[in-house]
Amino acid sequence: MLLSKKSREALLGPLSKNNPVIIQVLGICSALAVTAKLEPAFVMAISVTAVVAFANVIISLLRNTIPNSIRIIVQLVVVAALVIIVDQVLKAYVYDVSKQLSVFIGLIITNCILMGRLEAFAMANGPWESFLDGVGNGLGYGLILIIIAFFRELLGSGTLFGYQVIPQALYDLGYQNNGLMILPPMALIVVGCIIWVHRAYNKDLQEK
Amino acid sequence: MNKQSNVYTVVYASVMVVVVAAVLAFTAMSLKGKQNANIEIDKMIQILSSINIKSTADNAQAEYKNYVKEAFVINAKGEKVEGDAFNINVAAQVKLPFEERKLPVFVATLQDGSTKYIIPMYGAGLWGPIWGYISLDANGSTVYGAYFAHQGETPGLGAEIDKPKFYEQFIGKNFFKDGEFKSITVEKVGQKPMNGADYVDAISGGTITSQGVSAMINESVTPYETFFKSLTNNQGE
Repeated sequence: MLLSKKSREALLGPLSKNNPVIIQVLGICSALAVTAKLEPAFVMAISVTAVVAFANVIISLLRNTIPNSIRIIVQLVVVAALVIIVDQVLKAYVYDVSKQLSVFIGLIITNCILMGRLEAFAMANGPWESFLDGVGNGLGYGLILIIIAFFRELLGSGTLFGYQVIPQALYDLGYQNNGLMILPPMALIVVGCIIWVHRAYNKDLQEK
Repeated sequence: MNKQSNVYTVVYASVMVVVVAAVLAFTAMSLKGKQNANIEIDKMIQILSSINIKSTADNAQAEYKNYVKEAFVINAKGEKVEGDAFNINVAAQVKLPFEERKLPVFVATLQDGSTKYIIPMYGAGLWGPIWGYISLDANGSTVYGAYFAHQGETPGLGAEIDKPKFYEQFIGKNFFKDGEFKSITVEKVGQKPMNGADYVDAISGGTITSQGVSAMINESVTPYETFFKSLTNNQGE
């Protein structure tokens, strides 16, 4: 393997056993908000991954210079600046998606995963590990988002990435899209189901 | 160097702010052109939707040129005034009293040679702004098409205003009843406006948004009354 054991843990841990959404239960608000369709969920996943990874690297590089009394402020400024850059880039290159995500890109700033990783990991580790940790956590978050969006779009709109997958014949037989899937509460229930399945497979995660 | 001293902290914060500001300013400046182009294209798509022409980001500019031959600004007296119709901020204009407003009119010529007048609208829904365009036949009364959009209305309820099921109801309705201007209203299913105006059915569960649409039409289209009347008279009706 190219990566040391520690790096591998930083990159792959958040995908399952240390997942930010289903284990640490962070970033839930945006997981509910942008998962009605796959496309915005996908863009959100990429955006959060980019922001966490680069914020982690920047904070990690600065970690020995940051005055302790204003370290949270410094972290916030770095995150806010990166989020604004992402927002501007989306507006310039994928305007449709940016319109759909609207305020949620700005709200990446308040995503607990970011502050959590910066404070818990980047402040204490080198840039390379921090980068991997950021990518890992972003992907772990994105993975859950995409799973939720898959079920919500399929059952709520009968489409995937905007393409009709449920055949017209089924609708003719009386099948209906489930409008409830479009609403945020169903995202919470889907998250609950994912946590359930995940814990059923990983017995060591179950509380005694 | 003492990294916990006040001087270090203040200097650190100041340098950080300047650096971040410079980076953000640079990003914003370098992407500005592309962003404005996107906003313009989006507006063209919306205007075209109101005359029932579907376009995409790729062909919107060409289609717009193709159909919208003329655009001008009028005042509430129906007189043409100076101004760039496309770039008027409708959101700011609807806050002014009728007499002070600058009212953009887009004139589209369809393939069959008929002329349609497109009016922008702006109002408030339940959670945020709603806006749209409505197109009228050359008689200045009959609705040819409508388009509505919203920022964040409730999905499945208020957000339904941007669906064909809702906006297609407007087609064929009239703003003039026996020569009198009466704004088209949105009414709860089974109800009718008292003044005999034309109406469409509201969205069940989206009452506030539906009322918002009704108010928006009244607020945004009424100042055009004189202009529409002159169109009606030209038709010899």
